[in-house]
Amino acid sequence: MKKVLMPLVMVAILALIPFVGVQYAGLSYLFGVIIPFAAIVVLLAGFLLRMADWMRRPVPFRIPTTCGQEKSLDWIKYDRLESPAHFWEAVARVLSEVFFFRSLFRNTRAELHKDANLAYGSHKWLWLGGLAFHWSLLIIVLRHSRFFFVMVPGFTDFLDHADGFLDVTLPTFYITDAVVLAAITFLVLRRLMDAKMRLISLQTDYFPLFLIAAIVVVGVLMRYVVRLNIMPVKDQMLRLVNFSFDAPGEIGTLFYVHLFLVSVLAIYFPFSKLMHAGAIFLSPTRNLSNNSRQKRHINPWNSAIKFRTYSEYEDDYREKMKKANLPIEKQ
Amino acid sequence: MSKYAPKLSELKKEFDEKPTVLKGDYSPQEWWERPVEFRDGNWCFSGKPEVLQDLGFANPRKWAATDDDWQLPPGWQKTISEGLQSRLKKYRSLKLFLDACVRCGACADKCHFFLGTGDPKNMPVVRAELLRSVYRNDFPLVEKILKGFSGSRKLTEAVIKEWHMYFHQCTECRRCSVFCPFGIDTAEITMMVRELLNLIGVNNNWILAPVSNCNRTGNHLGIEPHTFVQNINSLVEDIEDLTGVAVEPTFNRKGAEVLFITPSGDVFGDPGVYTMMGYLLLFHHIGLDYTISTYASEGGNFGMFTSNDMMKKLNAKMYHEAKRLGVKWLLGGECGHMWRVVHQYMNTMNGPADFLEVPVSPITGTRFSNAAATKMVHIAEFTADLIHNKKLKLDPKRNDHLRTTFHDSCNVARGMGMFEEPRSILRNVCNSFHEMAEDTIREKTFCCGSGSGLNAEEYMEIRMRGGFPRANAVKQVKDRHKVNSLVTICAIDRASLPPLMNYWNPGVSVYGLHELVGNALVMQGEKKRTTDLRENAMAGFEDGGDDEE
Ligand code: HEM
Ligand code: SF4
Ligand code: SF4
Repeated sequence: MKKVLMPLVMVAILALIPFVGVQYAGLSYLFGVIIPFAAIVVLLAGFLLRMADWMRRPVPFRIPTTCGQEKSLDWIKYDRLESPAHFWEAVARVLSEVFFFRSLFRNTRAELHKDANLAYGSHKWLWLGGLAFHWSLLIIVLRHSRFFFVMVPGFTDFLDHADGFLDVTLPTFYITDAVVLAAITFLVLRRLMDAKMRLISLQTDYFPLFLIAAIVVVGVLMRYVVRLNIMPVKDQMLRLVNFSFDAPGEIGTLFYVHLFLVSVLAIYFPFSKLMHAGAIFLSPTRNLSNNSRQKRHINPWNSAIKFRTYSEYEDDYREKMKKANLPIEKQ
Repeated sequence: MSKYAPKLSELKKEFDEKPTVLKGDYSPQEWWERPVEFRDGNWCFSGKPEVLQDLGFANPRKWAATDDDWQLPPGWQKTISEGLQSRLKKYRSLKLFLDACVRCGACADKCHFFLGTGDPKNMPVVRAELLRSVYRNDFPLVEKILKGFSGSRKLTEAVIKEWHMYFHQCTECRRCSVFCPFGIDTAEITMMVRELLNLIGVNNNWILAPVSNCNRTGNHLGIEPHTFVQNINSLVEDIEDLTGVAVEPTFNRKGAEVLFITPSGDVFGDPGVYTMMGYLLLFHHIGLDYTISTYASEGGNFGMFTSNDMMKKLNAKMYHEAKRLGVKWLLGGECGHMWRVVHQYMNTMNGPADFLEVPVSPITGTRFSNAAATKMVHIAEFTADLIHNKKLKLDPKRNDHLRTTFHDSCNVARGMGMFEEPRSILRNVCNSFHEMAEDTIREKTFCCGSGSGLNAEEYMEIRMRGGFPRANAVKQVKDRHKVNSLVTICAIDRASLPPLMNYWNPGVSVYGLHELVGNALVMQGEKKRTTDLRENAMAGFEDGGDDEE
């Protein structure tokens, strides 16, 4: 399966690059300062440019997909979330998608049974796996903020404690590490096991999954297996945050692998499907209220067209209209 | 049965035996390696040269999808890629939907065409990918270095053939969009690709002929004014024969309060005409001051399946005529795509309609503030309000010979959000109403399989396959609750569901909602009614029977 192997090989090569670079070529400045910094710039600038590029394109028509009762007669209760009539209801609709993957929660699975019968089963696995994946990722990213501040922010402490409540190992084991690995495993397996998924998946779909998995695995190795010394890492990150480009101190090579893969993810982000993180806020089928009959939606480029007017019509059919006793404008 | 569809037993056999992706079979062939084959039953006749000339459309010629050479105009690649670029600039939706898909597969088994064909290219995500793969080719450098990484490909004639096939196996029903976590609407992509295809003369006569008719005569069927009036008048006579009541519709009358517009299928087609009789009875019953136009005599809008400009052009007649006649507001009949246009496009395209007034029901005084800008009210909203305010004299027993279920039409469901109004009417005009399975109604409703201009006879195989999920859900309530009547509020449904039912569920008939209203209305001065509007005997009202009438 070339589709799966290629991205896997690519991630492996990507992981080897900093290993060789730092271990054998002594390029710790390149991998510890230049590339991470460039990656952040590409991520932020790229993300903003992509968003701006979407936002500058007009939304000519108001096309929400209505998944619930419209607001019409007073005695019919309308669905504020799925057929929002007001701006704030549409905002709530988008947020429910962002935080809870509401539409994915609807997911069903169709099966064709004997003698041409269709059955639909509830199928919430993707919703669950997707939520677990994204929320763990978010918590992990937020937890990392302790590397970027001299004083560890309060919420990071809180996350640390909550995430590490299974205080069984030393250092404390983070639940999210296990969850995200399990979720990624699930997300990869479903692409391989389900015929439909296998067919629609492209290399660009496996690549980010493998990349993120690699980042997590390396991170876990550093924390639980190789037991990296944290202080120089934190020093280095603080330096980056303060725009100081001194050479990094002594840090294990594994860290450079982790950091490089994160940099690759950051650079890849704005040019790939990962931009769905921004797109979800702009989707016109979700972020518009369903009030196009109540309030006129403006199309900035409303094309000028010539239609066939009544008088042209009457000119063509006047005699026939007269015979049918239809009122006419001109005799 | 149509010669363009396989026998039901053959199709069932295929469903049982043929391995498909839907049934979990994975053949190592990628979707872009699978050939496109046109054969009887899976392509619509192409636009006639004279129709294209009449519309000023590109590349009029005689051709068929089964031809090897499609006679595309010189420079067609440029036309397509420029057309795509300009649409990407004009529609955020298109750009965003092409960019945002993560191929999570949530939409994959939601499309009725996929469920009925098992063809992987009918998974909405792949359908969009047919365009996306060409659009991505804008970055040839990336593709050169990482061959096959992003799944892009060149625009060739084979791609055009594939587009023609699969963007005409999409009824723009938006079901996929309900399930997509980003709301990606394949219907939007289909609309854009059909626009592009029309730029190079790759088209469908069943769409373009009505468009041309509608432009010229005011309606899809090409009915000229005198014939239009004659037809409605013959329905008036039928009503008088059946009920003894003389209803009096007027045409092109200035100064009426309301202009009523419905799809021309209701004036001409069976069983649409019975729905029309229902409207006429209702308006007479409440004494509505209304008129019908022969010029704006089409509610539907096949322009929508052609291009947005064409949609606008055909739709413009509604406001133009309302202004000329000096009516206060517009009332629209039962139709699916018509209401997508009226609800989501009309006022933006052809408004503002400030020469009209905010619709107020003259009978109940209800102000339709939800239509305050467009000034057009849906007949189901209007009638539901009448019934809620007890303004109609109804005898639901007159529909006791019908055991009903309700089919939500795609556009009204997912492009408007109208679910309760028709149901509240239905519950009041008949005594037996059974919902189909939850995953097949309301926002999850399945298309009839023939929407968006695919209702052609020669397309029967695809239509019967596309309509299979809907038919299957009807079959369940037929088996369980002895349902024999499928009620809809869509003119295309009224034309397309009867053959679908004949194929999959013989014995189920198709009704418009207002036909049932017409059956149930107790008219002033009516004679004893023993049959419904179709002249079928009503249960318990037989001649000489001792009912309480
Ligand atoms: C606003 C924030 C985000 C939202 C609402 C969001 C939402 C989603 C949803 C609904 C899916 C499809 C279901 C699934 O496969 O889980 C998805 C897929 C995915 N997301 Fe996100 N996402 C966000 C941010 C991110 C970020 C920051 C990343 C990575 C850096 C990311 C990586 C992915 C990946 C790799 C997939 C594909 C999963 C697969 O292949 O099965 N997402 N996202
Ligand atoms: S549900 Fe949406 S994101 Fe997922 S594959 Fe379909 S179109 Fe793409
Ligand atoms: S809009 Fe409807 S017909 Fe088209 S791809 Fe989506 S589900 Fe299928």
